[in-house]
Amino acid sequence: MATVKNWPPTGAVVNLGSSVFARSMRDQGASVYEVLWEPPARGKLELIEILDVLAGREDIEEANRLALERYSSAQPVLVGIGRARDVIPGFGGKMLLHAGPPITWDRMSGPLKGAIVGAIVYEGWAASPEDAEGIAVEGDVEFSPCHEHSAVGPMAGVVSPSMPVFIIENRTAGNRSYCTLNEGLGKVLRYGAYSSEVLDRLRWMADVLAPVLAKGIELSGGIDLKSIIAQALHMGDEVHNRNRAATSLFIRTVAPYLLDTGFPLANIRRVLEFMNGNDHFFLNLSMPAAKAMLEAAHGVPKSTMVTVMSRNGTDFGIKVSGLGAEWFVGPAEKVKGLYFPGFRDEDANPDIGDSSITETAGLGGFAMAAAIPIVQFVGGTPDDALGFSRKMYRITMTENRFFSIPVLGFRGTPTGIDLRKVVETGILPQINTGVAHKDPGIGQVGAGLVTPPWECFEKALLAFAGRYA
Amino acid sequence: MFERLTVKKDAYYDSVVLMRLTQEVQRLAGITDALVGMATDLNKDSARAMGFADPELEEAGPNDLIVALVGEEEKILDEAGKVVAARLESRPRPRTGAESTRPEAVYSSLSEVPIGGGGVAAISVPGTYAAREARAALRRGLHVFLFSDNVSLEDERVLKETGRREGLLVMGPDCGTAVIGGIGLGFANKVRPGRIGIVAASGTGLQQALAVIDRLGEGITHAIGTGGRDLRREIGAITTLMGLDILEQDEATAVKMVISKPPHEEVRRRVIAALEGGSKPSVVCFMGEEGGMPGAGAGAGKVRFAGDLEEAAVVACSLAGAGAGRELYPQEEIEAIVRGVAARMPGAGGGTGRVGGHLRGLYGGGTLCEETMTVLARSGIEVYSNVAWRPELLLEDPEMSHAHTCIDMGDDYFTRGRPHPMLEPGLRAPRYLREARDPDVGILLFDVVLGYGCHPDPAGVMAEAVREAAEIARRGGRALVQIAVVVGTSGDPQGLAGQEKALRDAGAVVLSSNYAAARLVALLLGSGRFSR
Repeated sequence: MATVKNWPPTGAVVNLGSSVFARSMRDQGASVYEVLWEPPARGKLELIEILDVLAGREDIEEANRLALERYSSAQPVLVGIGRARDVIPGFGGKMLLHAGPPITWDRMSGPLKGAIVGAIVYEGWAASPEDAEGIAVEGDVEFSPCHEHSAVGPMAGVVSPSMPVFIIENRTAGNRSYCTLNEGLGKVLRYGAYSSEVLDRLRWMADVLAPVLAKGIELSGGIDLKSIIAQALHMGDEVHNRNRAATSLFIRTVAPYLLDTGFPLANIRRVLEFMNGNDHFFLNLSMPAAKAMLEAAHGVPKSTMVTVMSRNGTDFGIKVSGLGAEWFVGPAEKVKGLYFPGFRDEDANPDIGDSSITETAGLGGFAMAAAIPIVQFVGGTPDDALGFSRKMYRITMTENRFFSIPVLGFRGTPTGIDLRKVVETGILPQINTGVAHKDPGIGQVGAGLVTPPWECFEKALLAFAGRYA
Repeated sequence: MFERLTVKKDAYYDSVVLMRLTQEVQRLAGITDALVGMATDLNKDSARAMGFADPELEEAGPNDLIVALVGEEEKILDEAGKVVAARLESRPRPRTGAESTRPEAVYSSLSEVPIGGGGVAAISVPGTYAAREARAALRRGLHVFLFSDNVSLEDERVLKETGRREGLLVMGPDCGTAVIGGIGLGFANKVRPGRIGIVAASGTGLQQALAVIDRLGEGITHAIGTGGRDLRREIGAITTLMGLDILEQDEATAVKMVISKPPHEEVRRRVIAALEGGSKPSVVCFMGEEGGMPGAGAGAGKVRFAGDLEEAAVVACSLAGAGAGRELYPQEEIEAIVRGVAARMPGAGGGTGRVGGHLRGLYGGGTLCEETMTVLARSGIEVYSNVAWRPELLLEDPEMSHAHTCIDMGDDYFTRGRPHPMLEPGLRAPRYLREARDPDVGILLFDVVLGYGCHPDPAGVMAEAVREAAEIARRGGRALVQIAVVVGTSGDPQGLAGQEKALRDAGAVVLSSNYAAARLVALLLGSGRFSR
């Protein structure tokens, strides 16, 4: 053929648009590939233009390969436990860390306020919750996001200076991340509870749990979290809303060393019982492990990889590797899911916590197909679980080299959220999460699924275009 | 009266689906007005016009669905809401991931489709996004059939230049019909394989040609659509010339046919030169070309010129060795129809068959509308229209007919937020009956277009209107001739014979050629100067 190639066509037709035509071509015997078309970038022409400019840019692809390589080669290892003020960079004085993007007291939601009050009393800066609130209102306490200190915290995510924190080191790049120890379920500080029972538990954790575990970790020479996570994914966890397998694996790994710590057997027993009694104990390890891997990938100029997704109960914020320290923020949404008996929709606080760092790292909701048992917990079917994970491949850059999903043929989890793909497809990252009561001190009232607000990604893309287009 | 507005965020649906749904909801008992559509500026305007002034409406964007309902009772709105929900729920869900590697699967984006070169991308998404999808399709090595309209001329030029560079055809934008390798794209008729290869810039023009070819027992190789602007200077006939090259190379093609509006002069020369330079005879119909309009089969060398669609098809068939006749309907047959009309309607011109009243034509096919005006103009009959070329014949208000009028109801004015009459021919019924009630009207004319992608029973919905119009005329003691042009082939899914019968039973004169219908109109209006 002189000028026209592939002629005559094969009889295969891709139909984009009206399904009336797809049907009629099928009636004529054509092989029709039907695309259920939706407008790109939610129909916003300004964003579509940016996407077209950014499409196929080799410098961006190169930057993303570098960021992904830094993420993939990271080796998060639990190396110890330290006092927050001693180990977390830039942390000290009358400062409290919290989940999510920056926020002032007046805009904080109930659970975050409750956790702040509890932490102030815990630190002894105030004698009573009332006084603590006064201090917070007066601005005598400085608030700072965990994420700005290489730390992460579940739910309210409040870290006070004297709390013990896990220290995770990325053995490849040397960067470290931090997270408190998980308190368990029920009335706990991370859900905004601050009764004496809560504070007593925190003190026990600092006085007994932390020293015993710290010594055990030291004796172990460091515990490889990446391999525990990879194994847990094959045992029904997605290490966000289900950590039962990972917690068990962690206990199995650390227990022999605990026996050699020299602490009284009664204390060791209580430590083991405490961890064993809390299926989410490992959450506070999967989160900083994800953080250590993603922080390594952050700060690559021109990379469109999302490295932080986080909520403070009022706002949802994201960060992008190539866009430095800037947060891109939108309103936190309500979680769709199931409530514990006695609670309803109106009781729920908007989405809260740094735990969506797991999704950012290709775990959590992204690995939901690995954790089919939890679909009942968040309200869904096994097919939904498979669907959620599959959908996330459409907004990510790669399949994980390390974390895989057995039921998808050991396909690597969808990893490396590409800002451009989120905007192009309009598909938002799928997050599995717990639901906090909107009032402080009540605790978890349910669990379910949530997404970031669209504007985070829209704003980030505009900023990216401003800097690199 | 009760009103209800619902906005569903980020729920995109295809506009054809929504417009059909809107029609369905509007017909529900107790519903006085309804709109189901994406929150485009246009639809938001329509919702405001319905009396909605919610902030939610103002904030909604083109990816949000709006359901605006006005009804007599709260309960009726509930019911209508349920209908909307049920219809929208039944749409297919995309399969994603590894198992969707076979055809028939549903995908979420072009990039997921496991198809290499050699396929065609049929694109009917809203115009704003169509060029982008077409570019993506070309990158995948796919030929493009671009049904979407509202694509800029510049985008069209770039797409077609890209296609030419890559050796890929870009049919469209605004390409209503094509038949490639036996598969009809868009609105397309079932035609047997044959020896005629067509390049056409008009969808219904092409369909009319296909219908005549089918009737004469001939068939086609390919019918390549180009979109209406391919022969403009800015585009330079890129697709037409590529199409002619395909037909030249194609061994099965014995005769080439080109259908278009009058081209730009320089472009015209290039197209004619390409035809003259080829090895096969050809027939060209530049619909409405003024002056130098030779008679049937006239033209030097390899190119014959035809003055109407029927003639183009007839000449092509005779060049291919089938059907020697000049016209599908010989003059005697048309005259017989006139006599038949006179016998049935003694009121008509005192038995002469002439009707005193005005012609009102309501077309779904724009090219057919233009053809009628062109043919009647040659007979000295001036026809007003919403798409008239001569400014003095342009209707001030498309809603108000004047003297002899032909309306292209597929024009933008009528299709804003409403389905095209090819999809919903029944939407013409209210206007049709309004014309029937006009005591000055003696002839009603309309087209019924069959084929894949078209309405499943277009004759059925218009037959009702024909019966009602006949009744209106009977009660008024007037003669009213109703003429239906049925454009279709014997293989069309609607069933050509049944469609024709439905209209005939309702009292319409049924013709299969629009040109013949125009001749009939000319005779009925008493023009003695009829000529081709």
